[in-house]
Amino acid sequence: MPINDWFKQREGRRYTVSGQDCAENATETVPDGVWRSCPQCKGTLYQGDVARCMSVCPHCGHHFELIAHDRIAMIVDPDTFEETDASLTSADPLCFAAGKPYRTSLDRAYERTGMADAVITGRAMLGGHPVIVGALDFRFVGASMGSVVGERIARAFDLALEERRGVVLLVASGGARMQEGMLSLMQMAKTSAAAGRLAGAGLPYVSVLVNPTYGGVTASFAVLADVIFAEPGAMIGFAGPRLVEQTIRRSLPKGFQSATSLQGHGMIDGVVPRAELRERVSTVLGYLMPAGTRGGDA
Amino acid sequence: MARFIMEFERPLAELEGKLLELKALDIAATPELVAELADLEREVERLRATLYSALSPWEKVQVSRHPERPKTEDYVCGIFDDVIELRGDRTYADDQSMFTALATLGGRRVMVIGHNKGHTTKENIARNFGSPHPEGFRKAERAMRLAGRFGLPLVTFLDTAGASPGLEDEERGQAWAIARCLETLAGLPVPVVVVGIGEGGSGGALAIGFGDRMIMLEHSYYSVISPEMCAVILHKDAARARESAAALSLTADDLLSMGIVDEIVPEPPGGAHREPGTVVAEVGSRIASALDTLAGADREELVDRRYQRLRAIGVYNEAS
Repeated sequence: MPINDWFKQREGRRYTVSGQDCAENATETVPDGVWRSCPQCKGTLYQGDVARCMSVCPHCGHHFELIAHDRIAMIVDPDTFEETDASLTSADPLCFAAGKPYRTSLDRAYERTGMADAVITGRAMLGGHPVIVGALDFRFVGASMGSVVGERIARAFDLALEERRGVVLLVASGGARMQEGMLSLMQMAKTSAAAGRLAGAGLPYVSVLVNPTYGGVTASFAVLADVIFAEPGAMIGFAGPRLVEQTIRRSLPKGFQSATSLQGHGMIDGVVPRAELRERVSTVLGYLMPAGTRGGDA
Repeated sequence: MARFIMEFERPLAELEGKLLELKALDIAATPELVAELADLEREVERLRATLYSALSPWEKVQVSRHPERPKTEDYVCGIFDDVIELRGDRTYADDQSMFTALATLGGRRVMVIGHNKGHTTKENIARNFGSPHPEGFRKAERAMRLAGRFGLPLVTFLDTAGASPGLEDEERGQAWAIARCLETLAGLPVPVVVVGIGEGGSGGALAIGFGDRMIMLEHSYYSVISPEMCAVILHKDAARARESAAALSLTADDLLSMGIVDEIVPEPPGGAHREPGTVVAEVGSRIASALDTLAGADREELVDRRYQRLRAIGVYNEAS
């Protein structure tokens, strides 16, 4: 084969999944027969089409918000997810009642999401690799990190260490949960310490930052991963854009804190469309999982 | 220099003003005025003691921010000898809002890291009012690693409103720099003594703000979010910071009862800035005894104990 043809053939293989035909990964939690509009291309979309494409607009590629369960279902090997620490729920240690009482926010979040708190964690296989996987859900008090989120993330790292698994976290968050005060801030230290121990044991940790990821979660476990990916269009930062704008007293440049701009500044390893995510993370794990624990090693 | 007056101190300040006026008069020849002066002096002292024995959380936040309150460099000058300042993050800049130095405390060689608020406006502008840029956190992390490699215990001083929230801070990876500090500090195989001397603002404080012994000044605070920002989120009104300061449980007493802080250093009536020498010396002796207690601990055991301590922080329900 002439060398140029060989290169051409390789060119076609550079990206593993094209992104359009993703029916096999469909998440079927949305009832059919509903129409929704895309905030990016303004197109009117059939809900069923959106669901079949992993909640990505089939016209412009806009990534809609996903609930934590769907995020996990989308990335792990079918029927391998086994939730851990599912019974942890938030207390109200400070009896926080300024503004809306914390209890009220929690009750509303339970009702709206049916979740125990803002994170789901558990054992799973990903591309045949044994992992602990976790996902945060922005609908639950802004996916903020209080004692429960901090504890479940820390336990996820501890369990991975104990069972020699990799860790894959799908992260969204508004930051530390202020209704639990300093207990929340200290979860940043706790989760970072746990991530550090996993790193010390030579086990890989991959994080995927989705829209939006901010504050104390960005500034702790979310960015301590060995490899960091982000979803297209995700906004990621420490300080929120409004605060930054107030600080510098001028308007922000276009694309500020977007996944693409973070990639340009060297903060993440890549912007990965949902349809390619499982393949990409699985391949990374194949490189980083220690011998004997890799999928296919057995 | 005119003393900076906090709103809640105004009645006290008025009395003090009168006292000063009286003192300026030549009253030695008028016995009733001399007696009145003595009365007034007692009254001022009594009032100050009452006021400071029951400060509200929001009042404590104001005291913690008092411009004349002793700063990191006052503690460094007052407590340590042979101070060799270390500068720069080796990547981009020397962020003067973060102070790092090799120093000696009564023969104990340590690494010092502290948020570096200034005393004057000029100093504060050069030091970004003690709010570190990513370079500051990278400088701190460099100092931590150095301390770990050479077995130097770490002493940190917390005094920041928070990490700098500017455009370039975001672009240069503020969150990444803080997170790296947290990971390094957690795994540091040397004793870590933390002293909250003023403001403990959020992630910017936490980056150098946890360890094996947690000491806090009586009127310092440590909080997940500033009371003003919390008020904006809850009420869209920063002026309601008084309420959010109370809701956030951010005082030294609150944190002692939560087990996050180990000991509180009392302040004289009126706050640390009324008797800086006494407060600095007391902090010095507290640090010394903390270091002595932690000295000789096994490196691995130290890291493991610190991890267990962090793991135990959090309040939640768990069905068995």
